[in-house]
Amino acid sequence: MTSDLLDDATRLRDGLPEDFRDRVVESLYTDAARMAATSVDRDGVRARLTVDRALDRVLTHHVWGFLAMGVLFFGVFWFTIAGAAVPSELLYDLLVDDVHGWLLEVFAAVGAPWWVTGLLVDGVYLATAWVIAVMLPPMAIFFPLFTLLEDFGYLPRVAFNLDRLFARSGAHGKQALTMMMGYGCNAAGVTATRIIDSRRERLIAIITNNFSICNGRWPTLILMGTIFVGAVVPPWLAGFVAAGSVIAVVLVGIGVTLAVSWLLSRTVLRGESSVYSLELPPYRPPQVWRTLYTSIIDRTLKVLRRAVVMAAPAGAVIWLIGNVHLGDASVAAHLVTALDPIGWVIGLNGVILLAYLVAVPANEIIIPTIVMLTLTLGANTLGAAPGVMLELGDDQQIGSVLVTAGGWTLLTAVNLMLFTLLHNPCSTTVLTIWNETRSVRWTAVATLLPLGLGFIVCAITALVARLVM
Amino acid sequence: MAAPLPSPGVGPPDDAPPAAGPCGSCAQASPGRLQRLGLAPGRHDHVVALAGNPNTGKSTVFNALTGLRQHVGNWSGKTVSRAEGGFTYGGAKYRIVDLPGTYSLLSTSTDEDVARDALLFGRPDVTVVVVDATRLERNLPLVLQVRQITGRVVVALNLVDEARRHGITVDTRHLSRELGVPVVATAARRGDGLPELLAAIAGTATTDDPPEPLALVHHDPQLEEAVAALAARVEARFPGVPNARWVALRLLEGDPGIEEAVRAGTLGELAGAPPLEAAGGAA
Repeated sequence: MTSDLLDDATRLRDGLPEDFRDRVVESLYTDAARMAATSVDRDGVRARLTVDRALDRVLTHHVWGFLAMGVLFFGVFWFTIAGAAVPSELLYDLLVDDVHGWLLEVFAAVGAPWWVTGLLVDGVYLATAWVIAVMLPPMAIFFPLFTLLEDFGYLPRVAFNLDRLFARSGAHGKQALTMMMGYGCNAAGVTATRIIDSRRERLIAIITNNFSICNGRWPTLILMGTIFVGAVVPPWLAGFVAAGSVIAVVLVGIGVTLAVSWLLSRTVLRGESSVYSLELPPYRPPQVWRTLYTSIIDRTLKVLRRAVVMAAPAGAVIWLIGNVHLGDASVAAHLVTALDPIGWVIGLNGVILLAYLVAVPANEIIIPTIVMLTLTLGANTLGAAPGVMLELGDDQQIGSVLVTAGGWTLLTAVNLMLFTLLHNPCSTTVLTIWNETRSVRWTAVATLLPLGLGFIVCAITALVARLVM
Repeated sequence: MAAPLPSPGVGPPDDAPPAAGPCGSCAQASPGRLQRLGLAPGRHDHVVALAGNPNTGKSTVFNALTGLRQHVGNWSGKTVSRAEGGFTYGGAKYRIVDLPGTYSLLSTSTDEDVARDALLFGRPDVTVVVVDATRLERNLPLVLQVRQITGRVVVALNLVDEARRHGITVDTRHLSRELGVPVVATAARRGDGLPELLAAIAGTATTDDPPEPLALVHHDPQLEEAVAALAARVEARFPGVPNARWVALRLLEGDPGIEEAVRAGTLGELAGAPPLEAAGGAA
């Protein structure tokens, strides 16, 4: 009964000239322009805007823009790596050495059964303490720096620089923005793809968002870069090389994003590229104190809380699989033995793969899980109880544990860095992808495609390394 | 979502001092009357929608009013879904909904749909349109479109500090006359103009006689004829729709959202039916 109204509308529309929509918009903008012209009084505009324009000329230049981008991000990582070492060590001393020992004494004093002490103190507490000690310092440095860049108005310039590349790979230019969001959190990045209107381009953006390294994965990269890659060169170069290796993984990530976008847009998600306009906002002096405050509260603590919430049950799981025995070995040992052959093929090991299974809810706990499992299974050589993480003083000690008890080499570290980039998204992100696409098929693609790529890339790296070395 | 900060003196609204004397509603009396309620507005008396182009400081205004610390990004497309918060002012509770930043309400993207539907079907008591004083010309089309839907509008002319640095001054009184609604100059990052903005919001929320929606003026007789004819049908089908001409134009343009509302009969809610809760109008 209401459709007659719609019929009327259709009939009347047919009687109108074809470009009437344009005329409607035009009259709107004419009115707006008239009002603005009569309300605004300006002087000296040109003088002020040249600063912005001069900055943009460099920062969005097709050569200098990319160079500036590299230098800025390199600086951010270098600061993070160089600055996090000392506070990390202090946190280890406090949480892992002192408080852990103290907790053991308290539990012994009240006569708690060994398995209660094991599960709570050696499992839940140590995993949590580890996550805090490993993650808090780099995050507390990285996020404020990144937020300052964002506040300054730099990120839209990055999007502008990358836009051409995305357009050439058949994706939407706004994907550069959602990719930037992904560097904070992939779940947020996937949600942010709502700014892309075409479903085809939106799916491409969702599937490739995982190739942006998220908060949870930065610490793994930074730690591997510091312990293994930085250690290859003389100490005075170590910081630069470590930061460089992290940048290299980020660049590989951007390359994979573009390649996968190109592939998808030429096969299953074929179609036209949409046009959009990207506004480059004026540069604004960042509000330094405000930024420090919000990035500590909003980002650092939020991410840390998530990590801790995930770490506590994971710690219990690790302790349990390390201490529940089936036949002559623990569950963890069985699993690691089963996974070892696959791990060998892709230049990793069974412990790392098992850690990725345990850490599906949150990538944040990968490194603590790996170290805990390595120590559990190699316990005899180091004299630790199963499922207990040794009290490690600093990064170098983590390195020596992984090398001596885990049999790690430079290849393991490099492949772990690559696998950090290329594996399935965390469970939160997978859930978000399903929420946004409402499609089991695309969720599966977004989950398994990066994992498959990770296996292929790591297998090739391992093969090449073994042939060369 | 950001955690609400502990704000001094948050209590039940009944504790708020009543607007006293003739100066109760003037700007000077107001700063002390603002209570930020963060994310837990609870029961509310008025719904305020916050609209604006991307990158106009909309989220900063939202944070300043609610005391929240929603992360503010200096780039487009930051607020994709809606954020909600609350504050009390002058004894009344306000729920404030931060809409996605859009350049228009023409319904060409999800953002615009969310913003448009919230304004049209959420029927906020006040719509605050945040505009960038340094880019007024690019911001006004959205203001005009909002004005065509409703007269309960307050324009927050934000970033006036930046405009001043660029040598730009905006005549707010003239602009206010042109638009027929209050225009308040603000610099939300520094809190400038917020008392005046609050007073304008309160005034618009409580007035019994809001300005009429802006009439659509077309200088095209053919289009005018079609709009008038269709508007009459809209009136007949949904008596009391306050902006029949606007609906008619949208139908002529084939706006799928409005067509759907006609089909579902929800367009009638624009008339006399109680407004949807802002929260219920989620896209």
